[in-house]
Amino acid sequence: MATTTISQDPKWWNGGKSPFNIEYGKVMMWYFLMSDAFTFGAFLIAYGTIRFSTNGWPDPNEVFQSFPGLGSGLPLMFVSLMTFILIISSVTMVLAVKAGHERNKPAVVKYLIWTIIGGIAFLGCQAWEWTHMHHEGAWWGRNPFVNADGSASTTNFTNFFFTITGFHGFHVLSGVIINIIMLIMTLTNVFEKKGHYLMIEKAGLYWHFVDLVWVFVFTCFYLI
Amino acid sequence: MEHISVQGHEEHHGGNKNEVRDVTIILSVLTLVELALGFWMFKSHMEGFLRGAVKGLIIILMLAKAFYIVAYFMHLKHEIKNMIMTIVVPLSLFFWFIISFLYDGSSYKNLRNAYDPYHKEQSTKKAQDQELHNADDIHLEEKKNPAEH
Repeated sequence: MATTTISQDPKWWNGGKSPFNIEYGKVMMWYFLMSDAFTFGAFLIAYGTIRFSTNGWPDPNEVFQSFPGLGSGLPLMFVSLMTFILIISSVTMVLAVKAGHERNKPAVVKYLIWTIIGGIAFLGCQAWEWTHMHHEGAWWGRNPFVNADGSASTTNFTNFFFTITGFHGFHVLSGVIINIIMLIMTLTNVFEKKGHYLMIEKAGLYWHFVDLVWVFVFTCFYLI
Repeated sequence: MEHISVQGHEEHHGGNKNEVRDVTIILSVLTLVELALGFWMFKSHMEGFLRGAVKGLIIILMLAKAFYIVAYFMHLKHEIKNMIMTIVVPLSLFFWFIISFLYDGSSYKNLRNAYDPYHKEQSTKKAQDQELHNADDIHLEEKKNPAEH
């Protein structure tokens, strides 16, 4: 019987240990996120395919150009605010996960609360934008905007916009709910009793994925 | 029986404070550059190749942001190679998805424009003209059926 300590190139597939070297729940969260990435990818590729097969398309800077309280004529401003809110909430989630590693309960609580506030702020922004666009006459099946070249636009534009940002917003909502559950579990000492905060890491993975999807949605709908 | 304990297992969870700060700064700067490019593209009304090039640059910046989020925030860079591969290899299907589907869409557009002149005429007609047409139609109908109004 030999006890060897190896720092590189162990035989990961010989059995007796996890070949991925991370906890089961995290592996499963990664696989769930991978499948979710394919779902979002399918949506965005469908959007791209329709856009490539259509002669004209609205200019996003003409469509998304309002800011609450400041009126219109401000392209990209509101969506930049939304993007930064989500990036910052992702950073506070990293800090919550880090605090969990250090088993620093007050810090976990603090950063989780900031993350939840960021998520709610993002949802509020999205609710405002949807309401604003609905007032302008845009909805599923209705498109008041014209194409960049002045030709009439199809409802594909609004259908894809509301479906994809709606699906993303639903992910943000479920992320906020998961984070609230994590906060309650932290406050009731569930993780302290377990002896580890691995659950926060899984919630964190999900939350970062939501931010990751927004990077793609933001670029595909608002920038190009 | 061999008993292997692997060094630096769950311990080296990367993500020290400096790394988090650096990645935050990188993500913010990349976003600001993206926004500046988008704003420039809007203000200068650029067309053709330059517009395509700026859009390509924005997509490259988007992929860079995605890399930083997945590698550092989601911590994938600090996992072992088996784990990285099991996530990244399936996602490489996207190369084929994107190329084939977008090519298909573009090909459909070109074929339709070439062989369906009615579609081309309708889809490139100015929206204002159409509205005027509709207005005329309503006007005519009103003339035809005055009793209804």
